[in-house]
Amino acid sequence: MPARNVAAVIFFTIVAVFFVFGALMTHPFGDPGNPEMDQYIIDNTQGETGADNGVTSVVFDYRGFDTLGEATVLFTAFAGVIVLFRRLKK
Amino acid sequence: MSGMSKIVKTISSITFPFVTIYGLYVIAHGHLTPGGGFQGGAVVASGCAMILVAYGSVWTMGKIKEKHLSVLESFGAIGFIGLAFLGLIFGTMFFKNFLVGNDFLFGEIGKGLSNISTAGALPLMNFAVGLKVIAGLFGIVLVMAYTTKAKGGKIE
Repeated sequence: MPARNVAAVIFFTIVAVFFVFGALMTHPFGDPGNPEMDQYIIDNTQGETGADNGVTSVVFDYRGFDTLGEATVLFTAFAGVIVLFRRLKK
Repeated sequence: MSGMSKIVKTISSITFPFVTIYGLYVIAHGHLTPGGGFQGGAVVASGCAMILVAYGSVWTMGKIKEKHLSVLESFGAIGFIGLAFLGLIFGTMFFKNFLVGNDFLFGEIGKGLSNISTAGALPLMNFAVGLKVIAGLFGIVLVMAYTTKAKGGKIE
């Protein structure tokens, strides 16, 4: 067996062991470890943002920077496609 | 004569307004019902992509150019970031919801469903992101389809 295959087998064994232990060591189902943030958002989202939809209030208000990053990703994709395909049009 | 057959063109022309209105409904009620700017914008962009597939990219490019879509998307991005900076100016921090609590625009506190004048700056941000997603996704599909046609590809 070549050395590269041996290295690949060892590497994937280590990755698989990490995945299995990661799956076994998560918290049990239905018992989140620290629910303070979740409970805060559930309790205060209507009073603080006025929105009935809690998901929208989290996405656009509590986690606004995440949405800004998503918008930046879309803008970059559009600009990249425009720049990449403009040369082919001529 | 580009595009698909007359049946496909007729059916897509009939269903296009309903798809667009549903997507705009999802955007406008983003702070009340499931969905929001991204999801509604994806719905509207899918309707525009349906028109693009049915009528061909040359006909669609004759109706709307990608530079117009670029301007629309830039307006959406500037609106979104501008609303965030208005929170910095009128409120306390970046992305502060500065419109909530007033009696001018979207200022009421939601106490259940079916009151659209709530949630402060969130509906305006939904509009901005929806405009951005509509222009961005449809622009990407339009430019790629038109360029493939110009290079002699299979897609019309």
